[in-house]
Amino acid sequence: MAASMINLCRRCLQTSFPFLSATHPVRRKLPQYLRRKIETKTFHTQSGPLRNGEFEMQDPKSEDEVVNITFIDKQGKRIPVRGKIGDNAMYLAHRYNIELEGACEASLACSTCHVYVNEDYFDQLPEPKEEEEDMLDMAPFLKPNSRLGCQIILNKDLEGLELTLPPITRNFYVDGHVPQPH
Amino acid sequence: MASYNSRQFLLRLSRQIHKCQRRLYTNNNAVPHVAIIGSGPAGFYTAQQLLKGHSSIKVDIYEKLPVPFGLVRFGVAPDHPEVKNVINTFTQTAENERCSFMGNITIGKDITVADLQKAYTAVVLSYGADADRTLGIPGEDLPNVISARALVGWYNGLPHDKNLNVDLSCKTAVILGHGNVALDVARILLTPISILAKTDISQHSLDVLSKSNIKKVYVVGRRGPLQVAFTIKELREMIHLPECKTIIHKDDVAHLQPLIEKLPRPRRRLTDLLYKTGCTPSEKDLKLWASAKRQWELQFLKSPTKIVPTDDKKIKSVSFTKNTLQGDDIVNQKAISTEHTEEIECGLVLRSIGYKSVPIDNTIPFDAKRGIIPNENGRVTGVSGLYCSGWVGLGPVGVILSTMTDGFNTGKLILKDIESGLIRHVPKSGKEKILPVLNEKGVKVVNFMDWKQIDKTETQKGETVGKPREKITSIEEMIHATKT
Ligand SMILES: Cc1cc2nc3c(=O)[nH]c(=O)nc-3n(C[C@H](O)[C@H](O)[C@H](O)COP(=O)(O)OP(=O)(O)OC[C@H]3O[C@@H](n4cnc5c(N)ncnc54)[C@H](O)[C@@H]3O)c2cc1C
Ligand SMILES: NC(=O)c1ccc[n+]([C@@H]2O[C@H](COP(=O)([O-])OP(=O)(O)OC[C@H]3O[C@@H](n4cnc5c(N)ncnc54)[C@H](OP(=O)(O)O)[C@@H]3O)[C@@H](O)[C@H]2O)c1
Repeated sequence: MAASMINLCRRCLQTSFPFLSATHPVRRKLPQYLRRKIETKTFHTQSGPLRNGEFEMQDPKSEDEVVNITFIDKQGKRIPVRGKIGDNAMYLAHRYNIELEGACEASLACSTCHVYVNEDYFDQLPEPKEEEEDMLDMAPFLKPNSRLGCQIILNKDLEGLELTLPPITRNFYVDGHVPQPH
Repeated sequence: MASYNSRQFLLRLSRQIHKCQRRLYTNNNAVPHVAIIGSGPAGFYTAQQLLKGHSSIKVDIYEKLPVPFGLVRFGVAPDHPEVKNVINTFTQTAENERCSFMGNITIGKDITVADLQKAYTAVVLSYGADADRTLGIPGEDLPNVISARALVGWYNGLPHDKNLNVDLSCKTAVILGHGNVALDVARILLTPISILAKTDISQHSLDVLSKSNIKKVYVVGRRGPLQVAFTIKELREMIHLPECKTIIHKDDVAHLQPLIEKLPRPRRRLTDLLYKTGCTPSEKDLKLWASAKRQWELQFLKSPTKIVPTDDKKIKSVSFTKNTLQGDDIVNQKAISTEHTEEIECGLVLRSIGYKSVPIDNTIPFDAKRGIIPNENGRVTGVSGLYCSGWVGLGPVGVILSTMTDGFNTGKLILKDIESGLIRHVPKSGKEKILPVLNEKGVKVVNFMDWKQIDKTETQKGETVGKPREKITSIEEMIHATKT
């Protein structure tokens, strides 16, 4: 019953907004984040909490909510971003096409969203969990101010936060393990 | 007459100009086509980078199996579903209109790399490491001496390994090697069946594991605790495994205490965990271990020399020589064998000393000694327009993160080489040239829509048995599922 209602709604949406259809050329031309938004908005039938990254797609409702932060990419370019209270820094980066991956989708099973936090702010973040520390151990170019982007949730105190992306490497034994020489 | 001639000349000239213009036009606008061989993390991350960095490039991913994602589907342990979330990112790439996934095509057999080179601006080898290293010791070919790679394929539903003969009627298993694969395999052997039953583990392996008699697993390495290749999360998981006791001998780790502080952070935290578990286990650990039904034991500084058979050709034991360590850099010391020997009785031996790549096409260079395709940062040595990424070029080490970095690097390099003119940018037709050949040969190509059909069948099947997915384990059935 519920499923058929949802199907009906989806069909209504598709007839009034034809570009919502997966094969429509306009839909395919939309930037990835918008497409993702459409996909999560209309094609996922679950109700309840927002899906991964969906909250970060919403604009701040008022200035009180705004948290301005800056990403510094691998080329050293500063990218100011207008976030809001409650935003997850990794998904916020995705929204603005910043080169920060999130392979495991914030489930603490990878370290693809490794960032450096600027000194003044590092201590303001809640202590990392043991699982985060364990995953950080897998990150190349680990530094004392390293964190996983997916564990940083914005609040007003983080206005001015700067997150720097680590350099890239082709070095694969990141944990310092060296196979026995032959 | 003259007027006729000049008219003809003008006509010719204008035709010539037109032709040049057309050539110029098509050359500048020729869409680069890139073929990627292999749909594991290396293939998908290379594709992602290419599509992101170029607005018209077309990327075709060729995969041997009818199903995508390589070791994310067939390597990553079934009880680590979070790691597999990366499939969502790969799916987005595959659904990009400039990307095509084509499964069930074995490059080197159904079509050659040379064929692809003719049809594509660039070809990327991302076919991973399908074989495994061997020890080369007597008894390695006895029944129930199994490579971890095959066991992993078996429990993850890899078609090739579904009929693997695994005898779990014995009490003790020995795993050789101290990498993360060794711990994966140990964990699957020791995890309570009620937990495994809720994962996407293959049904045939679940049936065998539920009758397992294994009570003890030795994980044996040739070097010491400072040289283990496994990482902290995986070790912690073993220490906290329900109904299972961890044995790390005090004698093996007590001497580490004064060194710990001086180690670089990852090694420091890992060594600290080994030390504490061996010397000062927590109340929580002790409580868990007191009621354990099974146990695993870490053994160091032992190199296997022989797998000893019983009279009826079963495994009796593994013989080891004991090693000492040599070298100035304590974390990179080398194992040196001594005259001391040791024997561990067991009925199952799992060799987990690393994977190995194989050549798929004898026209492309291959470094048999190192088991990789020789390359300079992703450019295959000596062959213009041929690239590699992931395990096939790096060697079979590194987590998805490192494979990702390599895939991105190779992708960027190809774009740079196209732009700089290092690879000739002439119009090529990509898969349009390849598909008719495959069709002629009767190869059934599985596209991404087909995969989604297989995916749907698998998840539906899983739902009925309380699993996230019940993998189809035969190639024929996979292809059949694309038609439903
Ligand atoms: C058992 C195991 C568990 C792991 N668990 C984790 C984990 O939990 N977390 C983590 O971060 N990393 C893990 N890893 C590491 C991770 O899987 C690798 O980093 C990654 O898969 C390497 O990617 P790849 O694309 O180079 O190779 P693969 O993933 O092996 O992909 C290669 C692909 O090429 C295809 N192919 C092979 N030959 C051909 C051919 N001739 N023609 C066409 N296609 C071909 C294969 O079928 C395969 O799909 C694990 C590795 C193993 C072995
Ligand atoms: N959960 C995860 O994140 C996960 C799970 C599985 C795999 N992976 C990754 O996948 C990669 C491959 O893992 P892996 O375990 O196959 O390889 P690995 O990490 O390279 O470990 C191989 C182990 O085998 C030993 N070895 C090699 N040759 C030997 C020999 N001749 N005799 C005795 N021992 C020998 C090595 O010892 P030496 O050090 O002495 O050479 C090492 O302990 C790794 O990067 C791993 O981290 C990750």
